[in-house]
Amino acid sequence: MKRTYVRSMDGWWRRDPFFLHYMAREATAVFVVIYAAILLVTLARLAQGEASFGRWIAMLRSPASIVVHSVLFAAFLYHTWTWFRIMPKTMPPIVVADRRLAPWQITALGLAASGAASAALLAAVVALAT
Amino acid sequence: MSEPRNITLEILRYQPAEGATPYFERFEIPFTDDMSVLQGLQYVKDNIDGSLTYRWSCRMAICGSCGMMVNGVPHLACHTFLREFDPGPVRIEPLAHFPIERDLVIEASDFVAKLEKIRPYIVPKEPRTLEAGEHLQTPEELERFEQFSHCINCMLCYAACPQYGLDSKFLGPGITALLHRYNRDSRDGARAERMALVHQDDGVWGCTAVGYCSEVCPKAVDPANAVNLNKTASALSFFARFLPGGGER
Repeated sequence: MKRTYVRSMDGWWRRDPFFLHYMAREATAVFVVIYAAILLVTLARLAQGEASFGRWIAMLRSPASIVVHSVLFAAFLYHTWTWFRIMPKTMPPIVVADRRLAPWQITALGLAASGAASAALLAAVVALAT
Repeated sequence: MSEPRNITLEILRYQPAEGATPYFERFEIPFTDDMSVLQGLQYVKDNIDGSLTYRWSCRMAICGSCGMMVNGVPHLACHTFLREFDPGPVRIEPLAHFPIERDLVIEASDFVAKLEKIRPYIVPKEPRTLEAGEHLQTPEELERFEQFSHCINCMLCYAACPQYGLDSKFLGPGITALLHRYNRDSRDGARAERMALVHQDDGVWGCTAVGYCSEVCPKAVDPANAVNLNKTASALSFFARFLPGGGER
C-alpha cells in the first residue's frame, strides 16, 4: 500500500487570480437574480393598481435605490463581459469564408449583439414613455 | 550564453513514511538564460541531493511527464524557463489535485484508469480486410478532431481544475478532450459507448466552466471546449428521447 499525501482544497479559490475571477463571475449571477426579483415586484405592483405602482416607482427613485441599481448595473456589465468571454469555449468551430473565427471575435460579436439589443430596448422604452 | 546567476528553488519534498508530511526545501543553484525548470531540478539531483524525485523524459514538451506547479501554476518543467522567475525564489510543487507519491511525483492511477475507460483509440466501425485498403479521410474530417488529438496526457489541466480537486470522480478536461477526439473521428464506431460516460453526473456535468484547463494546456488543445461541446451533446441526447424516432444521438 502506497502512502500518498493528499493536499487540502481549503481556500482553493484564493490560490490563483484566475479562480478569483471565476468566483467573481459566478457571484455576479446573484446580482442578476436580485434585479430579476426587482422586476418581478414591479410587475406585481403594477397588477395591484396605480396607487401601489406609484408608491413603488417613488421608492425606486430614492437615492438609496439609485445606489443599489448602480451597483447592480456594474455587476451586470461585469457578468455580461465574463459570460461572452467564456462563450467561445462552449461553441463548435465557426468557419466564415474558410477561416475559423478566433475566440476574441466570438466574444466581440456576443458583446456587440448584447449592446445592440440593450440599445434597441432602451430606445423602445424611451419612445413609449414620451 | 548569458553569465550564470544564482536562483533559489523552493521544492516541496515528501518522503512517504508513517506520519510524514510534505515540507519545503530550498536549493540555491546557478542558472543561465537557456535553462529550463527541469534543468534546474536536474542540477539539484546531480550536484546537491540525489534523492530528489521527479518524472521527466523527453525535455521537449511532447512526453507530458514533467508537469508540476511552478509558482502555483501548472507547467511542464521542460517548457518553462528559470529566467522567467529571476530573481526568484521559484516554488516548485507536484501537480495540484493529485495525491503525492514522493517529492514531485504524483499518483496518476486515477487518470490512467479513466483513460482506459474511454477506449482512447479508433474502434473501427466495421471489420476491414487489408485488401480493402486504408481508411480515407478528407481534410474537413481531419479538422473535426485534429486540435483535440494534440493532447499529451500531461495532466496540467487536471491540476488547473478545481472541480477535479474537489471531487476526483469527475471525468475531467483532458480525458474528455481525448474522448471527443475519437468520437469526432469519421473512422471510429464507439461513440455511443463513450457518450454513456459523458452523460453521467461525473461525466461532463461536473464541469462549471472555470476554463483554466484551456489556459494552462501546453498544446492548445482547449479541453474546456471539448467538455462544453459534450454538455450540449449530452443535453441534446436527453431531449431527443422525447422526439419521435429520438434516442441516442
